[in-house]
Amino acid sequence: MNSNNLNSVIRCESVYKIFGNNAKKLLEQSNNDVDAQKFQEAGCIVGVNDASFEVSKGEMLVVMGLSGSGKSTLLRCVSRLTEATAGKIYIDGEDLLQMNSKQLIELRRNKMGMVFQSFALLPHKTVLENIAFPLQIKGSSTKESINKAIEMVELVGLKGRENYFPRELSGGQQQRVGIARSLAVEPDIWFLDEPFSALDPLIRKEMQDEFLRLQDVLNKTIMFVTHDFDEALRLADRIAIMKDGIIEQLDTPDNIVLNPATEYVRKFTQDVPREKVLKIESIMDDYDPNNSSSTKIPSNAIIETVAESVLESNETLTVIDNKTNQPIGSLNPSKVIKILFGDKEN
Amino acid sequence: MFQNISKSRPQQFGLLFLVFFILYFFIPHNEGSWLWRLPPLLKDIPLMINNLLDNLMFNWFKIQVWDPDWEMYEEKTLFRQITRGIASGVLFFIIFIREVFLGGIQTISAITGDGLVKTFKWIYLPALPWTAVVIGAFIIGYKLQGIYLGVVASFGFLYVSIFGQWEPTMETLSLVLFTAPVCFILGLGLGIWGYFSKRVEATLQPILNVMQTMPHFSYLVPIIVLFGVGDHAGAIATIIFATPPMVRLTILGLRKISPDVVESGLMSGCSKFQLLFRVLIPTARRDILIGVNQVIMQCLAMTTIAAFIGAKGLGFNLKVALNSLKIGKAAEIGICVVIIAVVLDKLSLAWANKQKNYFANLNFYQKNKSLLIFLILTLLCGIIAYFSSFYFSNGFNYLYIIPFDKGLTISPYLDAFIDWIWETFFYYLNAFNVFLLTSVLGPMKQAYLNMPVISTLFLVTGAGYIIGGIRSAIVVFSLILFIALSEYWDRALITLYMATFAVGVSAFFGIIVGTLCAQRDFTTRSILSICDFFQTFPSFIYLIPVILLFGITDTSVMIAAIIYASVPATRYTVEGLKSVPMSLHDAGSMSGVSKFQRWTNIELPLAFPHIMLGINQTVIFALFMIVLGALIGTEDLGQIIMGCLSRPNGAGIGLTLGIFISFICLAVDNLIRTWADERKKMLGME
Repeated sequence: MNSNNLNSVIRCESVYKIFGNNAKKLLEQSNNDVDAQKFQEAGCIVGVNDASFEVSKGEMLVVMGLSGSGKSTLLRCVSRLTEATAGKIYIDGEDLLQMNSKQLIELRRNKMGMVFQSFALLPHKTVLENIAFPLQIKGSSTKESINKAIEMVELVGLKGRENYFPRELSGGQQQRVGIARSLAVEPDIWFLDEPFSALDPLIRKEMQDEFLRLQDVLNKTIMFVTHDFDEALRLADRIAIMKDGIIEQLDTPDNIVLNPATEYVRKFTQDVPREKVLKIESIMDDYDPNNSSSTKIPSNAIIETVAESVLESNETLTVIDNKTNQPIGSLNPSKVIKILFGDKEN
Repeated sequence: MFQNISKSRPQQFGLLFLVFFILYFFIPHNEGSWLWRLPPLLKDIPLMINNLLDNLMFNWFKIQVWDPDWEMYEEKTLFRQITRGIASGVLFFIIFIREVFLGGIQTISAITGDGLVKTFKWIYLPALPWTAVVIGAFIIGYKLQGIYLGVVASFGFLYVSIFGQWEPTMETLSLVLFTAPVCFILGLGLGIWGYFSKRVEATLQPILNVMQTMPHFSYLVPIIVLFGVGDHAGAIATIIFATPPMVRLTILGLRKISPDVVESGLMSGCSKFQLLFRVLIPTARRDILIGVNQVIMQCLAMTTIAAFIGAKGLGFNLKVALNSLKIGKAAEIGICVVIIAVVLDKLSLAWANKQKNYFANLNFYQKNKSLLIFLILTLLCGIIAYFSSFYFSNGFNYLYIIPFDKGLTISPYLDAFIDWIWETFFYYLNAFNVFLLTSVLGPMKQAYLNMPVISTLFLVTGAGYIIGGIRSAIVVFSLILFIALSEYWDRALITLYMATFAVGVSAFFGIIVGTLCAQRDFTTRSILSICDFFQTFPSFIYLIPVILLFGITDTSVMIAAIIYASVPATRYTVEGLKSVPMSLHDAGSMSGVSKFQRWTNIELPLAFPHIMLGINQTVIFALFMIVLGALIGTEDLGQIIMGCLSRPNGAGIGLTLGIFISFICLAVDNLIRTWADERKKMLGME
């Protein structure tokens, strides 16, 4: 792993989290080769097992796993709400685990924000005060923090409810407050721990859209934990799928759907409608200037959204880069047909 | 066969009782036999406690102290100096608060020295006129909840004033107003400490357990030794008694905060200090304020009992009235205690439930409007009181302080009423009394006294083993053995028999009433508020009506204990039955259960663990009342504890016997709690 990668905001190297009294000793004895079964017999529970990954600036890493897979524990190690048993964690190149409590508080006050599954709003404070809370803790003046909080209220669309108490809000509204609070200090790193899991499906969809809109504007470095595979596919730049504390696969949504690394990952992917996940670039051929057409489609378009026009044109299309507008590949409609109606087993 | 038995609990208990009765009937009542009574190996414990206290007070670590009166150094012990210092500090604050209500010169003389007050006779702290206190009560009640509470609070104070109980009430109130904040701060501090450190909590828990299960009286004796007699001693006893619930509720409230909230505070970059004061305590605010309510009620209860070690106030007058059998007068004072209890309870609960409006952007005048109004009205009351002193110039100034016993009184009517009851119902009451004493209580007492110590120990240890395994068995065995090895085993048996009877009747009564009342929403609400009401006033008060009806007998104590102890049994039954989930009721209905089937098959099994916790409380309540019953003459442990108050070396015995009572409570508590926990786990209600 390149330790000088300047782009990586979060970098974990062989992080372990093992719960239990003599976890550290057991880990040393086992020479970092952790077998969950054996540890359990010794009275320890393995939370995170040898997790290594990087998150680069502006990237959204979604950690996906079922309950008990260690996804929340991993997030808590990276935010140091729990102490990792072993391994190294770097935040902006600084060693997180070596920080003293003062440095840690500084880091959290300025660089980190976190959203919780159960919203975790302070019941005795209004919407505005909850959002202003991290700023006041930091020592900002009341006027300054209230002004910032008002800005945040507008950002998450809660204008008019500034003086409500959390108990007077619906779940979706409460989580908007949670989001606003976590963003109030303008953190670089944004942790979200199953933020939408406690919400109704319709609200969840709405909040996901809202979240994507925010990320489009803010471009934070994000670790997002969820147990919902569809949510992971919708939001992620890259997905880490966890099971029993181990990261089974860490890749882009396309690659996970097309090439599941393990049987466990395949179980998640097999029922996923490809056309709703894959982008044109994942099925295009190399660019052939001789066989170009006047119809152009962007490379990052989801197949489903352009399928109709591709099939209507009935010719090989030119795929262009969505940013530079340069042709980068060509697309044979038969590929799209295969994705839409073809053999799902691949 | 043995393996079969080890599987089923009823059979295990059957076997246990079988062996118990075999031991009971076949062990000879031979005074020398260890099977009959254990030798009093621990009889020196009271002496050791006395010696320890003596040494601390009079021998250990002598220091030289400057005596300003004799202008020389005197040799005194450090410990005694410390306790005396605490005592005089406490006394200063109590007297200061008292003089705010009643006026006086002691505070000023304590600050400035005697000279000033002696030279200028006109210097003294003027009292708040009672009219101002009534207005203050209204304003507080109005601010906390609304006009209704304001009226209730001011009416309470108005009543005690015009019925001539103003001075003792204010004396009691001054004790409560001093002890409650001290308990609050102590309890909050210890609770927070316990929340952060598992080790501290583990140390605190057993101490709190013993403190909360020791009868009030047993605190009093050692306190006399350490701090002397008077208001300060009463206050210190009250603080010891009333702090534990605050500690518990603080820990409970803090633990209840969801970990996410704590984490959100940490991720906002809170330091430990900020986390505590800006996240934890405000989030647990309601539980902590419920703790304050408990503290206030416990303080009031204890300050009445502290009359036995010289605390002034309603309790003292009540004691005097009861001792001279002036029941009408006692009832009148009792009514005042109840009224003050209800007012304090309602005010503190309203405070706990009040949602603070953090965002109201008020200016100084708006924020302090009530205070300003109060100050202006107080000034007005003062002026009125001043001018009325000319009007009432040859007697008492009724608009300033209505002196003790110079108000209205209803005690002649109460006495007449009591006479009427006696004349009308004497025959029935007496018949009942005699029946209970000769046919129920007498034989039961004899049966308990005929119990060989080995069979008793076998029974409790066996029950411990069956319910909680070897661990419970050892705990229960050692708790009871400790009592059996003392000189007071027979007395303890008498206490036990009274407790068994009272608990049995209370539990039966409570479960029946609770079940009946839980059937309808309206009755549920009514019975819960009745329970609230009965739990509000100090246990002392219960003795008044029973003496009135049954005179000075065991029956009176029993009835008082039963009424007092039925409250938790009823309350927990109602709560338990109400906590059965709606879906189970629906499932039952769809299976076509009748009302009775629903009760036996669905409600009772699910509610039973909770009901048993109620029975646990019932045991403690009953024991407290039985010990208190020594006031009107019983011959159990309580009587000796009472007696210790007037004995020079009573501290050791009083404390030891208090610990015995506490151990009985803890043994019962261990059994019931273990059982209820296991049961809850089985039902998946963790």
